[in-house]
Amino acid sequence: MFWKTEKTLGFRCSLGIITASLAFSTNLEAKQIDWNEAESFFERTSRFWQMQDQSVQIVVLGSILIGISCGLIGSYVVTRRLSLFGDTLSHAVLPGIAIGFIWSQSKDNLALLIGATLAGFLGVTCLTLLQKYTPIRQDSALGIVLSGFYAIGICLLTRIQKMEFGNQSGLDSFLFGQASALSINDIWGIGITLAGIGLFVLATHKELLISGFDPSFARSIGIHTMLLQYGLWILLAFCIITSLQVIGVILASALLIIPAATASLLVKRMNAYLFLASLLGGIAGLGGTFLSFLGQGLPTGPLIVLVSTFLFLLVLGFRPKTGIFTHWNFSRTHSIRIKAENTLKAVYHILESQNFEKTSITSQDLMQRVGIGRGDCDREIQLLIRMNLATQRSTRDSSKLPGQSWITLTPEGWEYACKIVRNHRLWELYLTNEAEYAPDHVHEDAEKIEHVLGDQTIRQLERILSNPREDPHGKLIPSLDDMEHGGIENKHAAEVGSRSGNPT
Amino acid sequence: MRAKPIEIHDLTVSYQKKPVLYGVDLEVEEGSLVGIIGPNGAGKSTLIKTIMNMITPNGGYVKIFGGNQKNGIKRIGYVPQRESVDWDFPVTVMDVVLMGRYAHTRWFRRIGKSDRRVAQACLEQVDMTAFADRQIGNLSGGQQQRVFLARALAQDSSIYLMDEPFAGVDAVTEKTIISILKNMKKEGKTVVIVHHDLATAKEYFDHLLLLNMRKVAYGPINEVFTHELLQKTYGGKLTVFSEIASRAAKQPEIENENAEK
Repeated sequence: MFWKTEKTLGFRCSLGIITASLAFSTNLEAKQIDWNEAESFFERTSRFWQMQDQSVQIVVLGSILIGISCGLIGSYVVTRRLSLFGDTLSHAVLPGIAIGFIWSQSKDNLALLIGATLAGFLGVTCLTLLQKYTPIRQDSALGIVLSGFYAIGICLLTRIQKMEFGNQSGLDSFLFGQASALSINDIWGIGITLAGIGLFVLATHKELLISGFDPSFARSIGIHTMLLQYGLWILLAFCIITSLQVIGVILASALLIIPAATASLLVKRMNAYLFLASLLGGIAGLGGTFLSFLGQGLPTGPLIVLVSTFLFLLVLGFRPKTGIFTHWNFSRTHSIRIKAENTLKAVYHILESQNFEKTSITSQDLMQRVGIGRGDCDREIQLLIRMNLATQRSTRDSSKLPGQSWITLTPEGWEYACKIVRNHRLWELYLTNEAEYAPDHVHEDAEKIEHVLGDQTIRQLERILSNPREDPHGKLIPSLDDMEHGGIENKHAAEVGSRSGNPT
Repeated sequence: MRAKPIEIHDLTVSYQKKPVLYGVDLEVEEGSLVGIIGPNGAGKSTLIKTIMNMITPNGGYVKIFGGNQKNGIKRIGYVPQRESVDWDFPVTVMDVVLMGRYAHTRWFRRIGKSDRRVAQACLEQVDMTAFADRQIGNLSGGQQQRVFLARALAQDSSIYLMDEPFAGVDAVTEKTIISILKNMKKEGKTVVIVHHDLATAKEYFDHLLLLNMRKVAYGPINEVFTHELLQKTYGGKLTVFSEIASRAAKQPEIENENAEK
């Protein structure tokens, strides 16, 4: 579900940006909220929040109410996977608006509303007929109706511009939205729509929930699912029509989809979903109006959509557990840890190959062992030093081997290295003994698993394997004792009878 | 004498001109636990859906307790196939079980405390209490099936129709379902289940409907679960019948389409 929504969103975002720049460049926003050049940023901000200006009041109120309506009805659009349907409906009303205008010869709200509603129903009828009587799939059918009706609308609008009464029509505001042209009458329309949606949702909340989740079960207990669906469609149509004045035909469905999709990332119950979506819609409405008040000539509708998109991205990035940023941060620290662990392991292997006779290794050893250049090697060493796992000092005769240095593990580093090697060898042993892997198959697997084995699993492995001492390749497994006292070489030294020394 | 819970008479159903069920008669006794068995595409799910009035038949009728089907289905608890719903929907396990109570509440009426208690008890019966607040998408297949079963229990119906409740569930869930079915039978409920595993059919059900487009046989399990009848259901003999039936169904339609053009 989420991918589907996001695909539409990506499309919406790019459309939003294009429209914003288009509106800006063609200077469609001739009538902005009155703006004074001399005013400073802070003065304007405080003037906005005091809201003494009546035109500001109307725009703010209208935008917030639209945001809430769209959030509420959009929750049902998104959970029922009707995103593209909402988009189609918003485009299909355009010819109706144009015809309403021609019919009334002026920008009469009622005529426009009737025209838009009729066109919307015609669009839905076409859609239903296409689906019922042709083998065309739903997405194609939606695409056909959307573009067909939109094309008719554009033709009619262009025609109106050329008529004598069409000059000051301002009908193009329905394409891109023009919040500053909102009137008290529009607010009434928006308010009534919101009240209608609220009542509908309150009255049929449980029926809507069950018919959305499991329509066939809903029908079996006597819920009229078709009736509910028509109710939703009608309210959806009114919601779109009343928000056209602010958002415009092209972006109308963005406000339906984005707040609800954002909510879907955060909540698991319908009530919370409805609340959050309408809250986000309201915030987007307020934020968009504020930004457009601040910026010169920036259109309100696209800004509302941009604020909404910004909120979506914010939630996508920072939501708990699965947010992109949260996840990225986790995997970044994770990969640094794995890097350090691998270097520690290499150091251990070098010490082991020298029978733990020395306590330090040279950077030359490390470069050869891991097979990396000097630059990379220095970075790895610096990482260990930063994590307080190793110390470094330059060799005495640095003239002979320029850039060479001795690397010594700290007690913490030594313990850590033992632990990793122990994890690796225990896992190898477990795979060969218990899971019956061939000894030459286990190394690759252990390379990955060693970093994720927790203490508890290790204890478990020890029990299963009854505290083994050697791995399948005959190498000693560093024991708990070695880790705590730094003493594997002591035992080893005793065995081979050579000089012992503390590796730290 | 009380009317039969489910009575089907000469039922014929087709999908896009291809017949799926042909002249099926069936009378289910009250309190029986019926398994519907038959090969893939035999019309098992179709039969259930037709009883639930989700599919309109081409001929014949369905009676529930001797009365009209449309009112009757409110007395049936329906457990659909697991794949038929949207598991990403923002509802919790508890919400879904409460849906079973909606059948008993009217418009505008809210879900009450007693409904919650019933739902809680049903969740307990399917051993899913710990998951009550979980979003339904975060469940395994077997757990999802148990949620559906809890919803059906919450409905407290006299008849239950279940579409493949055993499909793709774990052994624990299968046992839970079986014990609940036995309980339902003890309480005198009529349960009809679409099933596709012949091996377990004999121990799960007391009545069996062998279906392959036609009703091959219906009756108590030890009368119907015979080699001969199963052979008839699953063997190839009926394929000729189904081929001819679909050919016959298509014939006049081709003429009509030509006439339209």
